[in-house]
Amino acid sequence: MTQYMLSVHHDDSGPDWAATATPEQMQEVFAAVESFNQELRDGRSWVFAGGLEEPSNATVVDATGAEVLTTDGPYAETKEHLGGFWVVEAPDLDAALELARRGSAACRGPVEVRPFQSE
Amino acid sequence: MSDLETVFRAEHGRVVAALARRFGDLDLAEDATSEALVVAAERWPDEGVPPSPGAWLTTVAGNKALDRIRRESRRKDKYAEALMVTDDSPPEPTGPVEDDRLRLVFTCCHPALAPENRVALTLRLLGGLTVAEIAAAFLVPETTMAQRITRAKQKIRVARIPYRIPRAEDLPARLSAVLAVLYLVFNEGYLGSSGRMQRVDLTAEAIRLCRQLHEMVAATPSLSPQPEVDGLLALMLLTQARSRARVRDGVLVSLDEQDRTLWDADLVDEGHRLVRGCLAVDRPGPYQLQAAVNAVHTDALDASMTDWRQIVQLYDRLRRLAPGPVVELNRAVAVAEVDGPEVGLALVEPLPLQDYHAWHAARADLLRRLGRSAEAREAYDRALELAGNDEERAWLRARRDRL
Repeated sequence: MTQYMLSVHHDDSGPDWAATATPEQMQEVFAAVESFNQELRDGRSWVFAGGLEEPSNATVVDATGAEVLTTDGPYAETKEHLGGFWVVEAPDLDAALELARRGSAACRGPVEVRPFQSE
Repeated sequence: MSDLETVFRAEHGRVVAALARRFGDLDLAEDATSEALVVAAERWPDEGVPPSPGAWLTTVAGNKALDRIRRESRRKDKYAEALMVTDDSPPEPTGPVEDDRLRLVFTCCHPALAPENRVALTLRLLGGLTVAEIAAAFLVPETTMAQRITRAKQKIRVARIPYRIPRAEDLPARLSAVLAVLYLVFNEGYLGSSGRMQRVDLTAEAIRLCRQLHEMVAATPSLSPQPEVDGLLALMLLTQARSRARVRDGVLVSLDEQDRTLWDADLVDEGHRLVRGCLAVDRPGPYQLQAAVNAVHTDALDASMTDWRQIVQLYDRLRRLAPGPVVELNRAVAVAEVDGPEVGLALVEPLPLQDYHAWHAARADLLRRLGRSAEAREAYDRALELAGNDEERAWLRARRDRL
């Protein structure tokens, strides 16, 4: 089994789906994601998952120099940011891609699949 | 190509595929196969080619791989971790052509790999072409091509792209990725985007791989029928059949001016048989329809006997299945034969193909037939600027100068 990170990327340059969605639509997405999470647990693919707060709430800590630098984040000033992720266990890439397909449909966003390094 | 090289190329995919399955490591499979080929090159000229060269090479390559694993046994644990995901179920008992190559095709053409990397990996592992040959065929530096292949193999290992035939529900999409790779290889060989127009090595390789795929699918009852595979093979054969008539003294010869006695009658027959088989299955797809267009062309003993109405009908179906400006252009050219150049030109003009030399060439020809010589000349000039290979340029120049 290999662990994969399925990460959800939000594009700030386009129309913000979350900003324009009605509360009912938001509820639908939450319910779909929760139901997908339950499928992951039932199928023993679940390792961890979570949604992240807005990147403006991030803080960067840099201890590579003599002094520790603490700055208001995010680290990368990009149009895209990480919105949340799943860590799943899958026997191979095809199985991970199938989980990503279901996750993408549930959260209504593109999902990047990336394998973790083996120990 | 020498006889030995022909055997090596034909057997390369089979040997790599068998080793990949046994050891779960593409690099090891490829290296051990190369070592086995060196042994064969030393011994076969004196001892003769063994009755079953593929089995011989697989045995020798298997021993080479075991030697290497023993030599590097301290890396063994690392090794076990890095193994590819292989399907341990025995292959379906499907007769003599059954082998592991089908799995390898699907691994090499996996949608998680970049399209240009799929092409390179397929030609290297299944086609047995050297990195230098593939680099030369696609006009990129050898280091770039080597990098592409290395990167693709690394992704297969690290991301664990499986080495197996896809599930039934994924099969049509995955098969179409494989066909797209073979189609691309064939087209680059048939109408080079730069340099020489025809690259026989690439067309021959695409046909050989497509034939293998066709045989493997036919021999695997759970997979067949897949008429698009037959369609692509027919399309390649019917196109290749005309290759001897396509160039004369370094100048392209257009279809209507070709000496049809130069066409390869065996390839035409085989292509027509495949197209008839597709009609019987009655599940048309883009490759089958393009093959059918070529079957109509190769049915005509003389260009004037071409059934253009039927060709227009086939393009009508093709534009519904696979819409796009290039299909519209080809359809417009056929319509011009039925309804006249004016109607054809009206269809050609609005297409968004200003950067495509064939659009300018088609436009130029229609303008010429309408007697609008000045505009035709301009269109030929533009086509000449955009055309990628010498033979097409020579043909366009001759057409322009005949105005």
